[in-house]
Amino acid sequence: MNLSIDFYWAVYGVASLLFFLGLKGLSSPRTAVRGNFFAMLGMALAVIFTLLHPSVENYTWIIAGLLCGAVVGTMVALKIKMTSMPELVAALHSFVGLSAVLVAFGAYFIHSWDGELTRILMAETGIGSFIGAITFTGSVIAFGKLRGLLSGNPVTFCGQHLLNLILALAMLGFSVDFILFDHLWSFVILTAIAFLLGVTLIIPIGGADMPVVVSMLNSYSGWAAVATGFTLNNPLLILTGAFVGSSGAILSYIMCKAMNRSFFSVILGGFGGEGEESVASSAARKGVKSASVEDLAFMLENSSKVIVVPGYGMAVAQAQYAVKDLYDCLTARGIEVKFAVHPVAGRMPGHMNVLLAESEIPYDSVAELEDINSEFPSTDVAFVIGANDVVNPAAKTDKSSPLYGMPILDAYKAKHVFISKRSMRAGYAGVENELFFYDNAALVFGDAKETCQALVAALGGSG
Amino acid sequence: MADLSTLTILLYVLGLACIVGYYVIWGVTAALHTPLMAVTNAISAIIVVGAILVSGWGGEHGVWINILGFFAVFLASINIFGGFVVTNRMLSMFRKKKQ
Repeated sequence: MNLSIDFYWAVYGVASLLFFLGLKGLSSPRTAVRGNFFAMLGMALAVIFTLLHPSVENYTWIIAGLLCGAVVGTMVALKIKMTSMPELVAALHSFVGLSAVLVAFGAYFIHSWDGELTRILMAETGIGSFIGAITFTGSVIAFGKLRGLLSGNPVTFCGQHLLNLILALAMLGFSVDFILFDHLWSFVILTAIAFLLGVTLIIPIGGADMPVVVSMLNSYSGWAAVATGFTLNNPLLILTGAFVGSSGAILSYIMCKAMNRSFFSVILGGFGGEGEESVASSAARKGVKSASVEDLAFMLENSSKVIVVPGYGMAVAQAQYAVKDLYDCLTARGIEVKFAVHPVAGRMPGHMNVLLAESEIPYDSVAELEDINSEFPSTDVAFVIGANDVVNPAAKTDKSSPLYGMPILDAYKAKHVFISKRSMRAGYAGVENELFFYDNAALVFGDAKETCQALVAALGGSG
Repeated sequence: MADLSTLTILLYVLGLACIVGYYVIWGVTAALHTPLMAVTNAISAIIVVGAILVSGWGGEHGVWINILGFFAVFLASINIFGGFVVTNRMLSMFRKKKQ
């Protein structure tokens, strides 16, 4: 079919508009499903009209690729556990990155054979390839860390930043050589360096900073699409890539803000491994109050307002459904129950909201930090499940604390605070939690899931 | 005055798209940030457009370029289907309202 370029630009415009509506829909859970449908429509439109493009002459491999990808993608998406969302997202980022590298090389060869190679085009393919390559290996490392295949601890060594600088400069050198002299080997080497750089940039970043890393790689995958768009002179790739790129950048910003970390210090890495046990002894010395499940059940029963503060520990203990039972049990008694979610409560932006939604806790009883903090003083019981650093008052009071300045949930302002905890382990940041030593605070030791189940039993079920 | 170059037009597109992206993303509610990431994953697979052009190239320089394109299409396609399906799964959880 012979469709003009103007026609294609019109189609790209419609597809971009549909993607825009898709993102716009996410402003509320009510419109989000419809928005997702618009985005799918946009993608379908883009794929169908690209298949009709005059320069597409050979369909065998395309159809094979689309079908294989559809089967693999759909199967994984249907089976994945919600707790594993960060890994899935990291894996998907890596695919976009690798795909961008392959497209950059493909576009280079095709233009070269057609005798249409220009300096601008070579610069564009070079940029597309290196952003894609960094996205690919960076996401693979992030995936490994999230999945537990690699240690979550930051891997640092002497001269790390110098090495990164040298690699970046070398990559720049080969890029210039490639653009000026059209040496294929320069193109290959610059891509290889970018693959290496993806590893060395992400490996020093610790587990606690993973929400930022995942968001950042989200952004990179968008910019990889933008660069490919310039290679192909395709406005749709540029528009879509820019949406994705801004999305990742804004999410990184929100995450950094929520952790009170500068973007730069996250990139440099070396912060936050797995929690350390070292504070256990000092905690035992100072003495904390502990409460039994029965004590907590009694307090809950006699409250009129309860705020639950869930953290990733809740998800690790698979306690979401037990928490939902507790929610039902309390609301059935006319007690107001809300959930307070800190932006970094999960392992990626908004992760905790998805985990709560999965256990069918209504989204309108789940509140964000800035909306709920004013409600703690009028709350009878704040029940902290598997969260730690995000309720540590040291972030407000102790200037020497590494957490100082981080926005926290003011659970300590509630009349009583109960913290469900497996042990006296410190949080992700390895910092002792001052809240445990407050007069209105008590710890309920034990597995989060068992504690919640015992609470429901003690309260006599949801009847 | 000579015609605008495509590069200039595309740079304009990029600039405007960043502005639109900035505002539309800030409008996304914090509760849906994970679905946002999943759906941006899916749409960043728009790179499939480039992958299709490589995979479907009809020149006479050997089938390996089409195979290279095949892998690019395959990876992007995983993203498209994986991203949209998982987004839909998450969003339908949010849709279940109070009984």
